[in-house]
Amino acid sequence: MVSLFFLKGHGERPMKLSRQRFSHYALGSVVTLAVALGIGTTNAFSQSSTTIKVDGSSTVYPISEAMAEEFMKQNSGTQVTVGVSGTGGGFKKFCAGETDISNASRPIKKSEIEACKAKGIEYTEIEIGKDALSVVVSTKNTWLTDITIAELKKLWEPDAEKKIMKWNEVNPKWPDTKIALYGPGTDSGTFDYFTAAIVGVEDFSRADYTATEDDNIIAQGVSKDENALGYFGYAYYVENNKILRTVKVNGVEPSETTVNNGAYHPLARSLYIYVKKSSLSSNPKVKAFVEFNLKNARRIVPDIGYVALPESRYTAALKNL
Amino acid sequence: MAKSFTQPDDRAQPPVFLASLSQRKTLGGLFQLLAWLATVLAIVILAWLLLDVARQGWSRLDWQFLTSFPSRRAAQAGIVASLTGTFWIMIIVALVSFPVAVGAALYLEEFARDSWFSRLIEININNLAGVPSIIYGLLGLTVFVRIMEPITGGRSLLAGALTLALLILPIIIVATREALRAVPDSIRMAGLAMGGSRWQVVWAHVLPAAFSGILTGMILALSRAIGETAPLIALGALAFVPFTPGCSKEFPYFNPGDIVRCPGDLLHSAFTVMPIQIFNWIGRPQKAFHDNAAAGIIVLMAMLLLMNGGAILLRNRSQGARGKS
Repeated sequence: MVSLFFLKGHGERPMKLSRQRFSHYALGSVVTLAVALGIGTTNAFSQSSTTIKVDGSSTVYPISEAMAEEFMKQNSGTQVTVGVSGTGGGFKKFCAGETDISNASRPIKKSEIEACKAKGIEYTEIEIGKDALSVVVSTKNTWLTDITIAELKKLWEPDAEKKIMKWNEVNPKWPDTKIALYGPGTDSGTFDYFTAAIVGVEDFSRADYTATEDDNIIAQGVSKDENALGYFGYAYYVENNKILRTVKVNGVEPSETTVNNGAYHPLARSLYIYVKKSSLSSNPKVKAFVEFNLKNARRIVPDIGYVALPESRYTAALKNL
Repeated sequence: MAKSFTQPDDRAQPPVFLASLSQRKTLGGLFQLLAWLATVLAIVILAWLLLDVARQGWSRLDWQFLTSFPSRRAAQAGIVASLTGTFWIMIIVALVSFPVAVGAALYLEEFARDSWFSRLIEININNLAGVPSIIYGLLGLTVFVRIMEPITGGRSLLAGALTLALLILPIIIVATREALRAVPDSIRMAGLAMGGSRWQVVWAHVLPAAFSGILTGMILALSRAIGETAPLIALGALAFVPFTPGCSKEFPYFNPGDIVRCPGDLLHSAFTVMPIQIFNWIGRPQKAFHDNAAAGIIVLMAMLLLMNGGAILLRNRSQGARGKS
């Protein structure tokens, strides 16, 4: 500052003004330094005890969001945060000990079990509901009401690429019209599950279809084309049931009954939450939250567009906590 | 014209002279029309997008929406958590990136000699400005979230802000250097001739003269940071955060003083930002959430316009000042 006065000289007016403004900002950077120093001295994890950290699958996210919201209405001192890292990304954080609960749209994989073991993370697996992967066509489509697993495989397997281009090539009874396919992109857990269940090998799919991470685009695309077919989670069908129609797979329609009695096989997938055992035992709030999940699943899970398990399954899980 | 493009040998020769004036004028007019169409096309597409968003989101945009936390019911959901998250991120990004970027630019422009070292830095900074933002996210995840966890507190506001600060540093450095270069050398010469040291000349004359240019670059860089989603998702920013960072837990939930009152709580807090909230809503099956997303986009656009407007205002002011002196 001393040097500033020293150099002031003639100091044209506009110059002086901006110099004043400048020193304001110089002050700002001093504050930054002070803050940076302050961080080191303050207690880093003052809030971790009252925060329940949930992360993982984007499919399970709406369930956790609803549970967290309702749980916090009743337990005002507790904060629940929910992230969307995908099932795999969620397990990475979970097995590094960074989260209390990991959402998953498939069971934990061997490699992930080992990663958790290596870090000494023990967990409880809880099935929270089911999602029926739905094969949908436009309501304009009049002829495709039933499809077999074999036909779906013929339609979606990698060998179909550039070969199976017309519907009558899948089934001679179907019309001689061009096939338009819509499906989730390769990063999606839905894609993993569908390919494993239909083609037989995870992530094996034909690539010449409209792939998108936004399931709403699938709904829009399929609805406008009577020769289009797509697949996604049941919730997206429910929201679009005026413009879309589900196709029976091996003669079975997706519904709560067919999903729970196992008839809608293999496209019904389980949704899980994985809870860290040490959080369950050391943090009563985590336990309360998991119990809240199980007690309210029958009400909340269908509300979101998924299929709830029978009451007995939830009470059994409650007992095993 | 087509001829000269197809025959590469012709390139070095001057363009063919058209004797007919009316033909030349038609050509000129045609080019002007094309240029005009290009502009109009860009504006029409933008306007169409904006109108579409406004039509969908306008009815949702009310006080409740601005002051509510996220909810599973679209009609009760709001953006207060992501809005304050965005405010805080912007403040901290500005506080961190400003001194570093201006310092680096000053060094390169005013102090560094033309050596292999300074040239290496220059090339790297220019390259960094073009690195995809997701890469910064992965870098932030490793450095700020994992390695520096004792300081940043993991997936915290601070880690997010530092990552975004890194992302926009090259942009601010380049802008600052441009602003410094625009300061006439005669000012430096005069300062040095008066016996001032290099530092005194820079501090008292060069920086104030370049300041509005620097600020413009800074604001434009912040406008870029405000819309970034990818690096924060890579970092693991959360989607459902039912509280705001800092220690203002009552309405209006945002108090700039928190940075002094409770820096630890604030900087280590979990957070979410507007683009993540919007992204999350768009992916939902229910149409009501899409309306929320549209309303969120309007708020984000308004913030962006305010910031860019501020940048333009500052630039005009500096040009006016220069004109008078």
